[in-house]
Amino acid sequence: MTDLLAARAQMAMSLAFHILFAIVGMAMPLLMVIAERLHQRTGEPIYRELAERWSKGTAIMFAVGAVSGTVLSFELGLLWPQFMAFAGPIVGMPFSLEGFAFFLEAIFLGIFLYGRDRVSPRVHLLSGVMVLLAGTASAAFVLCANAWMNTPTGFTGSPAGGVTGVDPFAAMWNPAAFSEVLHMTCAAFASVGFAVAGIHAAMLLRGVRRELHRPALKIALVVGAAFALLQPITGDVAAKHVAEHQPIKLAAMEGHWNTERGAPFRIFGWPDEQAEETRWSLEIPYLLSFLAHGDPHAEVVGLKEFPRDERPPVAVVHVAFQIMVGCGLAMIAVAGLGAAFAVRRRELPDWYLRLLVVSAPLGVIAIEAGWTVTEVGRQPWIVQGILRTADAVTPTPHLVIPFLAFTGLYVLLGVTVIVLLRRVVFAADRNQSVPADIPEQLPPEAPR
Amino acid sequence: MTPELMIAGVMLVALVLYTLTGGADFGGGVWQLLAWGPRKAAQRRLVDDSIKPIWEANHVWLILLIVLLFVCFPTAFAAVCTALHLPLALMLVGIVLRGSAFVFAHYDPLHGRGALRWGGVFAVASLLTPITLGVVLGALGTGFDVDPATGLVDTDFLSEWLAPYPLAVGLFTLALFAFLAAVYLVREAGDPDLRADFRARALGSAVVVGVTALVAYLVAPPVIRHDLSASPWATPLHLATGLAAVVAIYALGARRDLLARVSAMAQVTLIVVGWAVAQYPYLAYPGYTIAGTAAPASVLTPILVALAIGGLVLFPSLGYLFVVFKRRPGA
Repeated sequence: MTDLLAARAQMAMSLAFHILFAIVGMAMPLLMVIAERLHQRTGEPIYRELAERWSKGTAIMFAVGAVSGTVLSFELGLLWPQFMAFAGPIVGMPFSLEGFAFFLEAIFLGIFLYGRDRVSPRVHLLSGVMVLLAGTASAAFVLCANAWMNTPTGFTGSPAGGVTGVDPFAAMWNPAAFSEVLHMTCAAFASVGFAVAGIHAAMLLRGVRRELHRPALKIALVVGAAFALLQPITGDVAAKHVAEHQPIKLAAMEGHWNTERGAPFRIFGWPDEQAEETRWSLEIPYLLSFLAHGDPHAEVVGLKEFPRDERPPVAVVHVAFQIMVGCGLAMIAVAGLGAAFAVRRRELPDWYLRLLVVSAPLGVIAIEAGWTVTEVGRQPWIVQGILRTADAVTPTPHLVIPFLAFTGLYVLLGVTVIVLLRRVVFAADRNQSVPADIPEQLPPEAPR
Repeated sequence: MTPELMIAGVMLVALVLYTLTGGADFGGGVWQLLAWGPRKAAQRRLVDDSIKPIWEANHVWLILLIVLLFVCFPTAFAAVCTALHLPLALMLVGIVLRGSAFVFAHYDPLHGRGALRWGGVFAVASLLTPITLGVVLGALGTGFDVDPATGLVDTDFLSEWLAPYPLAVGLFTLALFAFLAAVYLVREAGDPDLRADFRARALGSAVVVGVTALVAYLVAPPVIRHDLSASPWATPLHLATGLAAVVAIYALGARRDLLARVSAMAQVTLIVVGWAVAQYPYLAYPGYTIAGTAAPASVLTPILVALAIGGLVLFPSLGYLFVVFKRRPGA
């Protein structure tokens, strides 16, 4: 393993790990605030119990998210010092604002989680709203910084010759910022809603505490389904943006080699980078031109327009894109079914609950795949068109060691979080004599 | 005052606040590790309860510090991250384990049975981060030369930090955090016996702070010893630090717990400020100065404005958090 590959692997692993916890810290406050508000309005103790149980899981996930996020902010320098020496000042504004947003999130989460008996109900609810706003803002700022790597603006100069004339706000509001923030924020709420709905559906299928798990499922499913149904719109905004600003990324997503008018949309298929063609795909005529540019006859640039050493790994990007879209469409179908049950005011049948259990990880898979698309699709650049990833890596030797160490650490943490969440979320419904071992009756697809 | 100097000042404030809050949280971990005597369980619980609502927020000072470093002094950040990769990575391992083990232990309904035996991990992590943080801060005082051929830091990745002085500063930092935590916990404890436990620990660790400080001074390279006394501010700062230390020890002995807390905080603040004064004008000696590595003013000025606005929101919120959780019962 070369040092460059080890550095990329460590960064990818750290991001993939952190995202799981970051989205929970972002979206769970919404579910908790809804439950808390329902408790305050109806006086039903069951909503309060729900808010408290959700807050336990959130506290665990938030803590791991905070420390893994800290690791990332250091890894930017530990692995990519030349990237940071160049980009740090330019994208400093969103990072600094993110610092404050995260600070507020941590402060009000402390009050929301542990201050129920110390502050008034109104302040308690307001703290929850603050956590929600600050958490979402914090994610939005980080996304603005990432978007800058896709569409770098707001400076003159170059990594080699030095940077002058920085406009921090032009860098923050770079062209990709809006579509990335929109698409990822909705994705976070949709995924967490689906994951939580799946957990409560599993509990309902086991027949425990129906009075608790029914309202819990309802809140989580409404949030998850609402945002899942928004995703085609935000995805369309993102796709049109990528088509305009990163045509090579779009071409890689689609395994699209030849520049052509009336380009087809490819489903499945395997891009062969040697032969420069995509095999075994199902082609829907004109659809790519329409989706990318709003016109079925529009021209879509192909990969062959770009020299080989500027192309991303096409197969990875194409497959990841297929996975993301597939999971997203499945979620939309599940959400649509749920909406149909709600409109007809029908009780959710057991088969639908099972479907929810199976669907629980879909959003999370879609997010990981989506990040693979946006990050791998930008390669070989760390800053599109400006700085190559290979030129940004640290000269520190033996990078495979920290990669393996942090991977081991995160595997350990991941396993512990799963075991712990099972204890906290599932064990609470059983009697006091909780067995020390993991109950074997858990469905295998029980989500994290 | 130049904008880069103002930013450096904000970073110093963040470092002081991280030491006073996050540092003490790590110190609390030391006392959970070293809990002994008949009130062992109560000691651990007190640390847990004191840290629980605030430690996430306390931790953010470190993030703010690192963000300001990479935004405003990018080449210094790149150099430090390159040469000190190993101690920084170890510090991160400590932060990850400490933060996770803390919530794991707190929320596990089975209290660490089965797959969740995190006690030992938690303890080691509580030692790892303060030591490596100290090593990093100590290492910034020597050996950061710029390679004229590449313009990057000239480093063998070890010699900057694997030396007696940075390691001594690491041990000193650990002692200081433990001391600070013990002094805080005296006032947090409701039970008089528990209070006496932590008073004894505070006094004991005050001695260790003194000894490790002396060791660090003795093994310091001449350039650092010179820096520690060169500035016209050095002597008054050292005297004030010594005075605060004496008052803290007196107050602990006289059971004047609030005075002990205030003077211990003053002592720690003065130590960090003293380090910064010795370090000035270098971020990493001798190749990386504050002025030489600063980002252009078009970056620094908006950041200063953002810091001011952010501070207006942050400090009242932070103050409220501490009022909610640190108000003494009945007060």
